[in-house]
Amino acid sequence: MKTKGSKSTTPMTLLPKCPTGIQGLDEITGGGFPRGRPTLVCGSAGCGKTLLAAEFLVRGAAQFGEPGVLMAFEETEAELKANVASLGFDLDGLVRRKKIVIDYVHIEPSEIQESGEYDLEGLFVRLNHAIDSIGAKRVVLDTLEALFSSLANEAILRAELRRLFRWLKVKGVTAVITAERGREQFTRHGLEEYVSDCVILLDHRVNDQIATRHLRVVKYRGARHGTNEFPFLISNEGISVLPITSLGLNHKISSARIATGIPRLDSMLGGRGFFRGSSILLTGTPGTGKTIVAANFAQAAALRGERVLFFSFEESPNQIIRNMHSIGLRLEPLVKQGLLRFHSARPSLYGLEMHLATMFKEIATFKPAVVIVDPITSLMDAGTDSESKGMVTRLIDYLKGGQVTSLFTSLTQGGHSLQQSEMAMSSLMDSWLLLQDFEGNGERNRVLYVLKARGMAHSNQIREFLISDRGIDLVDAYIGPSGVLTGSARAAQNSLEKASILAIQQEGARRKRELERKREAIERQISGLRSDYESETMELRRVDEQVGTRALTLTTERAASGRLRQADAKASVSTRGGSRNGKNGRIHR
Amino acid sequence: MKTKTVKRRTTRAKRRPAKLWQLRLYVTDSTSKSVAAFTNLKKVCESQLKGCYRITVIDLVKHPELAKGDQILAVPTVVRRLPQPVRIIIGSLSDTAHLLVGLDLRPAV
Repeated sequence: MKTKGSKSTTPMTLLPKCPTGIQGLDEITGGGFPRGRPTLVCGSAGCGKTLLAAEFLVRGAAQFGEPGVLMAFEETEAELKANVASLGFDLDGLVRRKKIVIDYVHIEPSEIQESGEYDLEGLFVRLNHAIDSIGAKRVVLDTLEALFSSLANEAILRAELRRLFRWLKVKGVTAVITAERGREQFTRHGLEEYVSDCVILLDHRVNDQIATRHLRVVKYRGARHGTNEFPFLISNEGISVLPITSLGLNHKISSARIATGIPRLDSMLGGRGFFRGSSILLTGTPGTGKTIVAANFAQAAALRGERVLFFSFEESPNQIIRNMHSIGLRLEPLVKQGLLRFHSARPSLYGLEMHLATMFKEIATFKPAVVIVDPITSLMDAGTDSESKGMVTRLIDYLKGGQVTSLFTSLTQGGHSLQQSEMAMSSLMDSWLLLQDFEGNGERNRVLYVLKARGMAHSNQIREFLISDRGIDLVDAYIGPSGVLTGSARAAQNSLEKASILAIQQEGARRKRELERKREAIERQISGLRSDYESETMELRRVDEQVGTRALTLTTERAASGRLRQADAKASVSTRGGSRNGKNGRIHR
Repeated sequence: MKTKTVKRRTTRAKRRPAKLWQLRLYVTDSTSKSVAAFTNLKKVCESQLKGCYRITVIDLVKHPELAKGDQILAVPTVVRRLPQPVRIIIGSLSDTAHLLVGLDLRPAV
């Protein structure tokens, strides 16, 4: 993060830079301070000017093989060593190994009497001697302005300072000059008019009782640089500047999914849960079960064998473990296995930057796959809106860079207007789950829904969220013409629906029976008609037969009468005889 | 307060001949200011402390390591090592009145 990126992006043709080795500062300045030129570091008391300058020297001597001279006008050698030792710098060792020379310059104004013209050649001689004795490449003058209170003749002093800075340039050392912040100008005595190459402004502001340090590169001649104000902090590993804007949006993206530990929630999220490495926001009013969802998520991840880091800003680890035990989540064995780690701190313990730095450190050492911040809102109270947004941005970027899935719970105070206030943060999040409670019928019920889930099909429905001693259960809330019903109202609605279904079923059965009856009646009618028809047919047949019989009788009678009358008897006899003969003839043959 | 100083000065003035004044003059090379400072200092010493003073001239260009010991910043600088306490006067010493005050030979006005 600190030097590798900047080195590769700085072409050789640009101004040569002198890496400070200070975390983040080289990134902002594009590689460090201008090499061979003086840099002015100004700020009011307690900003960390001396520490910045000292770190520049120590890192130069220890990491970059560039010995340095520290000319101190305010603190003695012993004081400096002790102060810097608290940041983990072995100044004493470096002095003994002749990597750093400390020259404490002290003038007691009361002891000095001025008489006539003078110059500061003595200072030059001392500095020159110190530089040459160890072949120093870096020089720190801390705080040069002390001279203004020691020497009365300002005209001489200014002329000599101008000469000093020119001399430093000629000498080719990279110098850092610290100066007190003035009222209207950067420095109290206008040193910035002599140092024109690089000016860095440090600031220490207190907002809501919480102090944050800021660093800004006011001027950097001949090089591009980050112009923003960057928060920085002084930790036990020195200064670290945390640039927000330099973080790019070029994380590696995983399409792997991880389960939430609540099967029904997984199914709401396209069936497979969240994306690995995504950021999840879980907002809810008090008592809606944010921590429970978070703990479920943590447990699920730990049971898969992934490391989970749980930042808690409200409850102590033991309290969380006990509370989760009551709903059937056993976190303690996971803690013992080293898969789950809690980090609890009060938000007001220190400023946002310090929180961020400790979180970064925890994450860097524990290397978790899942990070839970519960709740992010109480942490955000520790800073102003923009600060906290910046902090969340950096945290998310940092986590995404490491493909760490992060879940942030956020406490809202109910009502939709507060949902708006989360908008700033929500734009940074990939998924947003909302926990809400519905009040009515003398009870309060929790519901959960997915407000957004980037890159996955997700359910748009509200689910009722039940917490029992067996854990979380999501059930379909009743959504109908009378609105969303939860809890006993949902149950009542359910039985109401059951009753109405039963009534409908009964009605159907009744109708069916009626129809059946109707069919039977019709069938009876049909069979009646058919028997009528059949009897009529029978009648008709009898009539037919009667007609036939009568006709036969008539023919026979007619024939008999014909025979009696002897009319055309031959013809009829012959026809009969012929046929008879024929038959006979065939028989005979 | 003022009278006290005067008193002390007078007592010291009485014993002055018995004591040796040790003065160090820090210079760089033989610049005009350095030469002027030496001349001016010598003049004052001759008139005020005749016979009981010693001036050591230290060239910082030749002995830069000596600058640290007496906290030398400005050049030229006169350091009164003895008698105690240490007094420091910077400049070409052209202002005799200030030089006398600085050497504690005359009370500050």
